[in-house]
Order: sequence, then structure tokens, then C-alpha cells
Amino acid sequence: MTKLNLSTLDTLREKESARLNDPDTTRLLVCGGTGCHATGSIAVKDALNHEIAARGVADRVKVVETGCNGFCALGPLMVIQPGGVFYTRLKADDIPELIESHVINGEVVERLLYKDPATKKRVARLNDISFFAHQNPRALRNKGLIDPEKISDYIARDGYQGVAKALTHMTPEKIIQEIKASGMRGRGGAGFPTGVKWDFARQSQGKIKYVLCNADEGDPGAFMDRSILEADPHCVLEGMTIAARAIQARKGYIYCRTEYQLAIKRLEIAIEQAKSHGLLGQDILGTGFDFDIEIYQGAGAFVCGEETALMRSIEGKRGMPRPRPPFPAHKGLWEKPTILNNVETLSNVPQIMLNGGEWYAGVGTETSKGTKVFAISGDVNNIGLVEVPMGTPLRSLIYDIGGGIPKKRKFKAVQLGGPSGGCVPEHLLDTPVDYEEIAKVGAIMGSGGVIVMDERSCMVDMARFFMEFIQEESCGKCTPCREGTFRMLDILEKICAGKGEPKDIKDLEDLSHVIHQSALCGLGQTAANPVLSALKYFRAEFEAHVNEKVCPAKRCVPLLKFEVDPELCKKCGLCFKSCPADAIDWEKKQVAYIHVDKCIKCMSCFDKCAFGAIF
Amino acid sequence: MFRNEKYSHEDITNEMWERIDAVIQTRKNTPGAIITVLRECQDIVNYLPVQLIDYIADGMNLPASEVFGVASFYSLFSLEPKGRHTVKVCTGTACYVKGIREVLSRIEGEFDLCEGGTSEDRRFSLQGVRCLGACGLAPVMVVGEDTHGDVKSEKVVQILDQYK
Repeated sequence: MTKLNLSTLDTLREKESARLNDPDTTRLLVCGGTGCHATGSIAVKDALNHEIAARGVADRVKVVETGCNGFCALGPLMVIQPGGVFYTRLKADDIPELIESHVINGEVVERLLYKDPATKKRVARLNDISFFAHQNPRALRNKGLIDPEKISDYIARDGYQGVAKALTHMTPEKIIQEIKASGMRGRGGAGFPTGVKWDFARQSQGKIKYVLCNADEGDPGAFMDRSILEADPHCVLEGMTIAARAIQARKGYIYCRTEYQLAIKRLEIAIEQAKSHGLLGQDILGTGFDFDIEIYQGAGAFVCGEETALMRSIEGKRGMPRPRPPFPAHKGLWEKPTILNNVETLSNVPQIMLNGGEWYAGVGTETSKGTKVFAISGDVNNIGLVEVPMGTPLRSLIYDIGGGIPKKRKFKAVQLGGPSGGCVPEHLLDTPVDYEEIAKVGAIMGSGGVIVMDERSCMVDMARFFMEFIQEESCGKCTPCREGTFRMLDILEKICAGKGEPKDIKDLEDLSHVIHQSALCGLGQTAANPVLSALKYFRAEFEAHVNEKVCPAKRCVPLLKFEVDPELCKKCGLCFKSCPADAIDWEKKQVAYIHVDKCIKCMSCFDKCAFGAIF
Repeated sequence: MFRNEKYSHEDITNEMWERIDAVIQTRKNTPGAIITVLRECQDIVNYLPVQLIDYIADGMNLPASEVFGVASFYSLFSLEPKGRHTVKVCTGTACYVKGIREVLSRIEGEFDLCEGGTSEDRRFSLQGVRCLGACGLAPVMVVGEDTHGDVKSEKVVQILDQYK
């Protein structure tokens, strides 16, 4: 491959764009994200290729394996272009019919279309589905549209135009000015203004500087970074190169979780291709600017998402945070000036260069500009990845896009911001997505995990769950976090086991404040947030556990009796069939009975009973 | 390289030693490469016996205490032998809300395993891992390289029975 320069990049873009938009070619865009791979998209892709070849239409029908589409729960997924018809839950056996009907005869296969859980109607076009219709993709603009393993697809969609502009028409000051004008704040959680961070590093003296990409996505329930890396790896490379130009760095690292093997593979391919096209490495686009990127695989430590800990880890040490200042912009990796940005932040950079900071700031609220990617999961109909403008109310996120709560159950709370965040109850659902507004109600924006919980979740148990997470992941360096979280977990476990005392609630609050004020890093300082927000909105539930020894949501096993309420029992026998221990007696038209002595408390019957008759 | 009696270990064959040497040779002069070296050596041997840690420390010219410190800090590294199949059960929030606790207790009961442990016949190692990023499929379990989504406690035994 000959290396590109400005004019050959443009020619290539025009040629590839014409190829992507050719109306005579049918493109079958099969989702190849981790979720769809697990549900069998590779078999579907093979079947498609086989069928197309068998019917001799391979010259006008192309199969493309894209990155994560975002609507993971319905995989394997496929979109057919032109037309934008969206097929879900495909199996290899469906393919002959699908090709015959849709591709050859132009008739949509009704039974494989998305079924709206509210209206029960089938919807053919992707853009008509409420999950996609309310979105405003920017960071995710290429998801599901390009083959992430082909640089030509990315170039066709204006790829590397941002870096071309930044390297030829913009000074480092001008680049930073645009980023500042965009108002973008760090998407990893803390929300620090990106432009300001870059400016600090630009002003730092030193010949060697580093650009780091934080792809150590650790918050449970957040998977946007994985999706971006799997669907559009080049946009992250391009964003890093622009950042490097802004602070005059020549070397970058992507610190990626080792669990994200597919993302790592696609990044490796992308780096290789970018180098061979002269878009990375020496003399980028013939401008004389050098920048190289290396992937560094993490080894499983949540605390390495903290910036100073991440840098220690790249240096090959235990990933423990250190006090700041000095800030990484002055002394970071190997004591050199360093900037660290999250995947989502960097993926927005090329578009900001191309369209200007003002364009980016065109949507959003006063203090939170642009869009944010959220990973919606838990007890909600449409699970997946969405990108919405800042300012969108949480209610819209959960009901319009998420499609509400399944099985007619009641909404209880939504957890935002992972282990550093908090839960938001029903009456605050009109809170808009905005760094300050979310903080006001006791949660944080965080990296964008949105976990919806229905009435079956126990808030004491969730508080215990997050505390267990933090306690396990605490690196142990500072005492408030190491010992404090241990004590808090101890108290929460006691309450869940039915051994709580009234003073425990007060102790939890006191410990929370001490840890918040005295812990060394962000992980410790925010460790008590889930407990505090649960206590704020669901105090009655804590009191029920402590005073009455009852778990109202029926989640805490030691507080359950494993008895059947004859009034509520519909005599269906589902509990009987699900019991692995033969502990349930049931006959047709009879109320079930649980033998407590045989019961292993596995909760299978609780899961199965649709009427809440077991308590 | 400088293999001798003091490093020998029953779980490490000659062929493995050669691959370990190759890993160390390639990374020896790269600063900060120790985590990568440990990961690649663990991929070869399946865990990190003390002798191997000592050997890596000598090869990388680092104090053994520092290498051990790194190996014991990160959850990826195992100082104990692992089973033929590693069962990773996702204990992230989405999976937790969707009932992974029941799945976990079912596996523990059925195969006489505890979280973080290995069965006596070295068939399974059970790991509770933090979010695998496949929340759309919650609850999620990964056995070896295979991801299983929507795992229910009543189905999990059937799935694991396929892995001998």
C-alpha cells in the first residue's frame, strides 16, 4: 500500500463513498459485536455467504460484518441496505428463505422483523423503531454501517478527514480552542473539560509527552467503550492522533481490558492498516508529524480505571493511585506530561475537528454539551446501547427508548454511574441527563451505565452488592477505603442476614462521610455513594430489614420463609417443576407446599412464580 | 537460557520452557512489560507456579518480590492450577439484577465448587468476574471461549454437562 497524502486521501474517500452508497448493490450488514457473536452471528454470516454464492448473486449482494449495533438483546441482528430493513434473532436456517424473499423477490420477511413490545406490531425499518428513532449518533455514527476491519469503509464515511484538517490547517492552539468551544467534558465519568486538560499538557515543558486512551471499562453495566472499539476502532486512533498533535506527543497507549479480546483484535488490525496507509506512524499524511500507538492489555483491576493507577500499570507496577498534584498533565506516565482520555471522548474528537466546536455544542444543556452514550440494561424491554443529546430526561431514556419495564412489573429505581454512582427513584425520573442535574439527585453521570430495576430488586441488597464490589476492588493503599469499605460491607451483610440493629444505619452514614472525606482516590471517595443514595430514597426498606426482619422485595434469602401463600397461589405448578431438590408438593388444582427441611434455598421457585405467592 | 534444577516444576514441560524463554527474550528490554510477560507465560502454563515467577524475575532482571507483587495484585493471574474449563460467571450489576446469584449458587451446589476455586478432578474452575460488557445477554456465563447468554439456574447444569 502506498502511503496517502492529502489529495490521495480525498480521491480514495470519493471512490470508497461511491462504493458504499452504490444503489445497485445490496449490503447485508450482519452485526459482529461480542453479543451477537455469542448468539450465533458467525453461523448466520457463513450461511449468508453460502446462499449468495449458491444463487449466483454474489456480484450485487455483499455481506458485511459490522461492529456492535447496540441492540444486543435481540441478536443476531442484520440490517439490509438500501432500505434499512432490520432483522432480529436470525438463525442460519432462516437464511435461504430470507435471501429468496427479501433479496431476490424484494419482499420483507415479516416473522423475522422486530416486534414492538408495547404495540405488539412488527416494524420493518430500523429508523422507525423507537429504540433507534430517539437517538442522535455522533460517537456511534458509524456503528453498524461499516466493516470495522476495513479502513476503506471508515475513509468512505469521512474518516481521517479530521486529522487531515488538524495536521495541515490548524495549530495546536487552534485544535484546543475548538475542543474548548465544543464544551465536551470527559465521558469516562468525572466530566472534566477535555480542552482544558489538553491545554495543561500542551503548556507543560518536555520533549516526551504521552497520549493515553482509557479503554479499561470497569463499571459493571457499561459497555459503550467495548462497542465503539468493536464497531469503529479507527475513530479512536484518529482522535488520539489529533490529541497528540495538540500537545505535541509522539507516542500513545490504549489501555484496554484483557476481557475485550474482540476489541483488541480489531484495534490491532486498525493500527496495522492505518500505518500502512500512512495515517499513523512516521510522517503522517506527508506532513512530517510522527505518532505511534501501542495497545496495552490490563490484567483485571477495577482501580486501574483511575488515571494515576492506570499509568502505574503501564509502567509494569501494581496499579495503585498516587496523590495529586502533581497532575498527569505535568507528571504522568514515566513522569512525563500525559493526557488520558476515555474511548468515548476520543471518538468525538474527529467530528469536532471536521464540523467545529460550535456544531458539537449545538445540542445539550448549559453546562453539558453534545451527546452521551448510555448502556441500558437490567429490567427493561430494549437492552442496548443508545446515544442521546444531553438534557434528555431519564424517563425518556427508560420508557421511549428502553421501551419500559417487561412483564407489567413496576419500576423501582434506576442505577446510574456504577459503583461510584447512585440510584434514582420514580419521582425523580424527569431529571435531565446533565452532569450537574444528576449529581444533585445523588447519583453521577459516570461512564453511562443505566441499570433499570423493577420491584423485585432489594435496595439493601443492591447497596451490599456495590459495597462488595468496591471492597474487593479496593487496592488497599489507603486505610479509609481498605478498612472503611470492609466495615460497611460487614454491616450491610449483617442487615441482609437479618441480624441488623437500629444503630447500624447511623454507623453506615457516619462511615460514609469519613470515607468520602479521607480516601486517596476517586474510587474510595465515591465508594459510599450507592449506600447513601439508597438510604436517602429507600430508608424504609433498610428499616424493614433491621426492625421487622423482613425483606419487602423478597431478595434477601435469610429473611425468607419459603412458604406458599394459599391466597395468591394460582396452583399452576411452575414452582414444583422448577424445584431441583424435590422439596415442593403439588398436584393439579392444589396449592403448592414447600418442605422447608428439603429446601436448598436456591430461589428457583421464586424466579418462576409469576404471582409472588412464595414469601 | 539459565534454566536449572531450582526452577523445575512438574507442570512445566520442556516445550513450555522454550516458549517461556521466547517470551522473556522478546520483552526483556521493554520497560513496563512485566504484566504482558506474566500474561503470556500464564497462557502457556495455565497458571503461575512460584518457580515460574522466580524464573521470570531473573529473566527480566527484576526482584522476585516485585514480580510476585504484580502477579498477586491483578485478578487475571492465578497462583494455583486451574481446571480444564474456566467458568466465568459475570457478577456485574446487570447480571446481578437478572439473577446471576441463583446461577452461581446452583453451579456451586451441583459441582461442589466455590467461587474462585477449582474442582478436585480439575474439570472446572469457577470465577466470578466483573462485567463482561455483554449486558444485553444478561445473565452471562463464559466457559472457555464460549459465551452463554440468558443463563437460567435451571439450564446451567445442562450447559456445563457439555464440558467434560
